[in-house]
Amino acid sequence: MEKKYYQPEFETMPVEDIKKLQSEKLVKQVKHVYENVEYYRNLMDEKGVKPEDIQSIDDLHKLPFLSKADLRDAYPYGLLAKPLNECVRIHSTSGTTGRRVVAFYTQHDVDLWEDCCARAIVAAGGTKDDVCQVAYGYGLFTGGAGLHGGSHKVGCLTLPMSSGNTERQIQFMTDLNATILCCTPSYAAYIGESLKERGISPKDVPLKAGIFGAEPWTEEMRKGIEEALGIKAYDIYGLTETSGPGVAFECCEQTGMHINEDHFVAEIIDPDTGEVLPEGEKGELVFTSLDKEAFPLLRYRTRDICVLSRKKCSCGRTLIKMAKPMGRTDDMLIIRGVNVFPSQIETVLLNQGYQPNYQIVVDRVNNNDTFDVNVEMTPEMFTDKMSEVLSLERKLADEMKIMLGINPKVHLVAPKSIQRSEGKAVRVVDKRKLI
Amino acid sequence: MAIKQLTVFVENKQGALVTITDTLAKNNVNIRALSIAETNDFGMLRLIVNDEVTAEKTLSEKGYLVKITDVVGVKIGDAPGKLTAALEVLANAGINMDYLYAFMLRTEKHAYVVLRVENNEIAEAALEKAGFHLITNADICKL
Repeated sequence: MEKKYYQPEFETMPVEDIKKLQSEKLVKQVKHVYENVEYYRNLMDEKGVKPEDIQSIDDLHKLPFLSKADLRDAYPYGLLAKPLNECVRIHSTSGTTGRRVVAFYTQHDVDLWEDCCARAIVAAGGTKDDVCQVAYGYGLFTGGAGLHGGSHKVGCLTLPMSSGNTERQIQFMTDLNATILCCTPSYAAYIGESLKERGISPKDVPLKAGIFGAEPWTEEMRKGIEEALGIKAYDIYGLTETSGPGVAFECCEQTGMHINEDHFVAEIIDPDTGEVLPEGEKGELVFTSLDKEAFPLLRYRTRDICVLSRKKCSCGRTLIKMAKPMGRTDDMLIIRGVNVFPSQIETVLLNQGYQPNYQIVVDRVNNNDTFDVNVEMTPEMFTDKMSEVLSLERKLADEMKIMLGINPKVHLVAPKSIQRSEGKAVRVVDKRKLI
Repeated sequence: MAIKQLTVFVENKQGALVTITDTLAKNNVNIRALSIAETNDFGMLRLIVNDEVTAEKTLSEKGYLVKITDVVGVKIGDAPGKLTAALEVLANAGINMDYLYAFMLRTEKHAYVVLRVENNEIAEAALEKAGFHLITNADICKL
């Protein structure tokens, strides 16, 4: 019989018991962090909060927030709570101004993260009889490693494809009978189109489910992917700061993602006042990791705008659900699954001697993100030689690729040609209509 | 000896060139030679004019990126093989060329070549030594 849950004892735990478990874990975690992370201890001291003040999950609101800026300030070891020789892994994501976010994992942390991913795979119908094709990027990015580990835990036959090389993806998928596909939704859509181009019908592809995340996607996109691949498409949420994908995952109801509350507490706050909002209200999503050892962030502000719901779910899980994020409280863009901050572009331009007059144009063409950066040429940079001007463009694109990890198309444009709004250049034009 | 060339950064959109030539015309600047190099994103308009100072000033005031560069001008015979002869001189002197463009007048038995090279002095000396006649802005204005 198909297993419905990976860890039913937690996934279907009565809400009261979850809260009790969270309280116990939180008290221990706060003590662990206070004793081992000077950076956070200072924040708590500034706020006048002692570990003893945290007796249950109801005291969570007393703790100070952490933000991306704190991660930048504390780079690289400032938020580490375990000796480095007890850590076994690092993952990383881009930061706001070029300094990357570096997250550390002990073996225990990797295990709990992989458990979370395993829950997502089982919720998507995965069993040890499945062949799970992981087409998220492997490497510093958490996508590949997370789902790979989860797939092992479930006992699926794992295809560690990493992203790209669509020809090979399709060959493995069809020859080796992959039944579950894990990748970004835009890549899933791209694979779907590639199948169509090759005249391969969804019926001829053994896939039954897909677990897609790391970037925003719409219900329309879900429908398109489901039709193109002949599967059911499940959303998954996570961020490097909290471990990676699997913090929350979708079940068969497909009406939001269950948060793994035995490991993470979610709060919704008013982004302006920091005040905790009641369930059902829209605000900024904040996560506290309850039992991560090496990189245990307390009250980390994700900047994602979201809503939580405790409504009973037909799948039987009691874990609270989060809606798809509805936007950001900052200007972060997610392009091809990668976090991009306009400030990073600005840093590159200033380093290269340009004025910060630029415009990022993002669009989605054939379900693939396009990423163009228009940069105003300066008199100092301008020369009469075409080869030199073209190499300026290339140099900028190369530097941005180093900073961001993805390739933009850089276009040098005439001075003052970028559209301005009340004197300020319009920095971002996002034509994707994702929300 | 060199000729003053203007290079203007031109956006790749309709009417971009017209605004430039119109600005020059309204300021009584006469274009003697021009060449355009383009990419998908932008174009670079290179001009030899009778009054580069006025041209640069008026275009800059309109917000254009303008750069004045010294280039080499050389007069060659209007017959097969004449350009080759000039280019051979430069090649033999080990001079790298970035671009060139040429123009000719109906009334003359000559063509004029504008050359952008890495070292003007060496190129000019080599060409003169080979018997080529170099031209200046003043010559161009008289044409």
